[in-house]
Amino acid sequence: MSRRSKSPLPVYKGKFGVAQAERLLWRAGFGPRPGEAKRLARMGAKRAVKALMKPRGRGRLLGPAPSLEENQPLTPEDQWGHDHLWWFDRMARTSNPLQERMTLVWHDWFATSNDGVGDQGMMLAQNKLFRRYATGSFKGLLLNVTHDPAMLVWLSGNENTKESPNENYARELMELFTLGAGARYSEADVREQARALTGWTNDWGDSGYENFHFDRQLHDSGTKRIFRKSGNFDWQDACMLCLKHPDHPTFFVKKLWSYFNPTPLKGKTLKGLKTLYVRSGYRTAPVLQAILLHPTFYKGPRMVKPPIVHSAGLLRMRNAGVTTQSWSWVSENTGQRLFFPPNVSGWDDDAWLDTGTFRGRWLAAREAWESDILDPGDDATLERYKDPESPGDAVKAALAFWGNPTLSRPTINVLNDFAQRCDSLANSNWKKAPYRVMRQNALRSLIATSPDLQTC
Amino acid sequence: MNDRLTARACDEFTRGQLLRAAAAQAGSGLPMIEPGMPVPAGTGLSRRSFLLRSGGLALTLYGAMNFNPLRLGEAIAEAAAGPPDPVLVSVFLDGGVDSLSVLAPVEDSTYRRLRPTLALPADSGAVFGDDGRLRWNPVADAFRVLHEEGKLAVAPSVGYADADQSHFTSRHYWEVGDTSTRLQTGWLGRYLDVVGSPDNPLQGLSVDYSLAPSLAPTRVPVAALANPRSYRFGHRNVWGEVEEEMVGALENLGTASARSRDRGVRVAADASRQSMKLRRQLLPFATDEDNAPPGIAPPVPYPEGDSFPEQLQFIGAMLAIGLPLRCVAVRGAGGYDTHDSQREGFERDLKMTADSLLAFQRDLEARGLADRVLIEVWSEFGRRPEENGSAGTDHGAAGMAMLIGSRVKRQLLGEFTGLDVLDEDENMRPSLDYRALHGAILDQWFSFDAAQVMPNVRSFGIPDILT
Repeated sequence: MSRRSKSPLPVYKGKFGVAQAERLLWRAGFGPRPGEAKRLARMGAKRAVKALMKPRGRGRLLGPAPSLEENQPLTPEDQWGHDHLWWFDRMARTSNPLQERMTLVWHDWFATSNDGVGDQGMMLAQNKLFRRYATGSFKGLLLNVTHDPAMLVWLSGNENTKESPNENYARELMELFTLGAGARYSEADVREQARALTGWTNDWGDSGYENFHFDRQLHDSGTKRIFRKSGNFDWQDACMLCLKHPDHPTFFVKKLWSYFNPTPLKGKTLKGLKTLYVRSGYRTAPVLQAILLHPTFYKGPRMVKPPIVHSAGLLRMRNAGVTTQSWSWVSENTGQRLFFPPNVSGWDDDAWLDTGTFRGRWLAAREAWESDILDPGDDATLERYKDPESPGDAVKAALAFWGNPTLSRPTINVLNDFAQRCDSLANSNWKKAPYRVMRQNALRSLIATSPDLQTC
Repeated sequence: MNDRLTARACDEFTRGQLLRAAAAQAGSGLPMIEPGMPVPAGTGLSRRSFLLRSGGLALTLYGAMNFNPLRLGEAIAEAAAGPPDPVLVSVFLDGGVDSLSVLAPVEDSTYRRLRPTLALPADSGAVFGDDGRLRWNPVADAFRVLHEEGKLAVAPSVGYADADQSHFTSRHYWEVGDTSTRLQTGWLGRYLDVVGSPDNPLQGLSVDYSLAPSLAPTRVPVAALANPRSYRFGHRNVWGEVEEEMVGALENLGTASARSRDRGVRVAADASRQSMKLRRQLLPFATDEDNAPPGIAPPVPYPEGDSFPEQLQFIGAMLAIGLPLRCVAVRGAGGYDTHDSQREGFERDLKMTADSLLAFQRDLEARGLADRVLIEVWSEFGRRPEENGSAGTDHGAAGMAMLIGSRVKRQLLGEFTGLDVLDEDENMRPSLDYRALHGAILDQWFSFDAAQVMPNVRSFGIPDILT
């Protein structure tokens, strides 16, 4: 390592055990597959992060492929809900979780909903774009997403013409994608940006939108005044003006940081990340790597997992696959149906959990191991549970079922207490075995919904 | 399930710095519940059975719980047994409703010039009785009916000075009751903080998938609930006593981590705990429709085909069986961020919203609850008078709000400021500040000194809103 590259950004030097590896895998992916946290813990923080940033070999999908009810094929472009199932399956099985997680970050950052687009194929094409730029150049991503067909439809870019400018994309480009509300731009800048962005359009075919393209006739080629600069700006200039705006680097690094840390970014780290970002030529990877190696990432408080991460993670912990179409509505109940963010500002990461979405997570936890739920009416199952099992052993078995995730002491105490109470309820002989079976069922879902498993 | 996602929306809740700095907490779902909060005194069995009797089948299940003190039931029953509180139902038209397509100045030549494709025909709709320049959009005829019955007041140009055209910012201002990006609590949340109970999440209820920021408090619990009927926590192959223990353990998991040092853990723990409390409150709704206790089914028909009328129906039923609601927030049907091809979707959504609210008012009247409920219909801004060339309208400034209820005084709240003089962004100017409306509701409806939670509210000229 050369001296020149000595960065002012601190790097985590503390203990890197299973708990730290679990946090890394949950925040930078979708949680550990069986044994993965232990494996990663042996590598140390630096090599572990590198292994996530640059996984060896081509990305693969591990574990069982989706098998839906009645052997239905998965048709993500066509059938309702299958878009969600298709991506959810990738989250659960990918060998390149950071790429998939960053794809989710961009889906939230440039939040586009099929509710306004109405075309799963276009949504999936946009998803591919996000995946391609997962850890790549933000500049490239911004330029491409600006004329991505789903985005053009979603924010009226395809209807923004010289004759009748539409401010929709221009406003969000600055407020949500590059600068942030409260940054230094004016209503006049919104209107002028809209003019610069004019010219994208599409044709109409039998099956709807087709042939999205730039039409010089529809573009306003006059002089615009944006951020106190004048010029004959076009859509690429519109993007570059935002990237070069003095408020952009702060917005970018703060927003990226917020996906991985629950505490705000400030001080030297903010400054260091901004410098890193600008010097890299607006690339995501260097900033991301610095965030994943930062001491705060490991020492800071736990954060609430996005619900889709929690759900996909439960499948990963079990090496289980997607076996039901129910996931699309179950996920909706958790507050995160993929391809349907609530609005263009994406999901509100500070409001994942309330009394409504908590019930969704309960449904999701149950769904994640539905096919393994034990039947207290089944003779073979009862036979396996005919011998006394201590409350502690019941809890241990339920933990092992999930690959022994790290749980806090208060949670373990409640689980033990519950297991004990079930024992005292089984006060007649006929109850003993079926109550043990039900206890095991309940323990597994309680673990999956505990505050420990909801956070990382 | 969530069939009312806003179509073609812009920004609403920004994840930018502003959100981080300010509204994050205003919209952060459940508030922190401080450990060791006092349990309200009073435990009379008669009060408890008052609540449980209305639970029908649920009574059995509830009584079968042999492990858990009925503390919450008592607190709720106590609240329900006291003198009934006035209830506010806040109906948010999400996206910025085009007020000029609800009450249209159809004979105004400026209107016809600015709205070449969207203007309503000159002879359409009934004349608005409080300002002859305006006509009701025919799809909003239900509003006309309420207005002519003297149960609806319109603020035709409501807003605030130097309107912000960001959905997020403007909505935030309305929700927190101030043009401040720093405030982290809702105007109703602050009210509940003063008058609310430390153990009754139903006092501030979002009938939605997440909490309405206007309900965000700092001290007392509130709740979000999309559909009371489906609020169950069953588990395949876990039943009877073990199921009851399991549900208790879910609550205990929350309680056990309530003091965690990590905010995220506390949020998760709190969700677990509050969800189990809410589950108990809603047991009457969790039964089959056939076995539902009296009071659940509405006495009047509601429109079908949208979740908004269902949600209003539930609010009516919850009030009817005596659940202690105070501030309820719900979003109107559809979405109003109509940047393009406005007409069809707008009219469908507006009709559903208006028809549902009329049904709700009739429901309350039939149940004898109409004097207890005030409805406030609002939106974050109006839309630009000049349509945009995509047969839609862009974000504007002043827009409309309405008050509905049997005790509402029919009147114009402010005046219609018209299209001849617009602000520097070519948007409508306000004649009434939204804070004056909030203030009137607190002062007169809740008989609560509004200045306690909105310090400078008196400077906006509070109108008399009740008869």
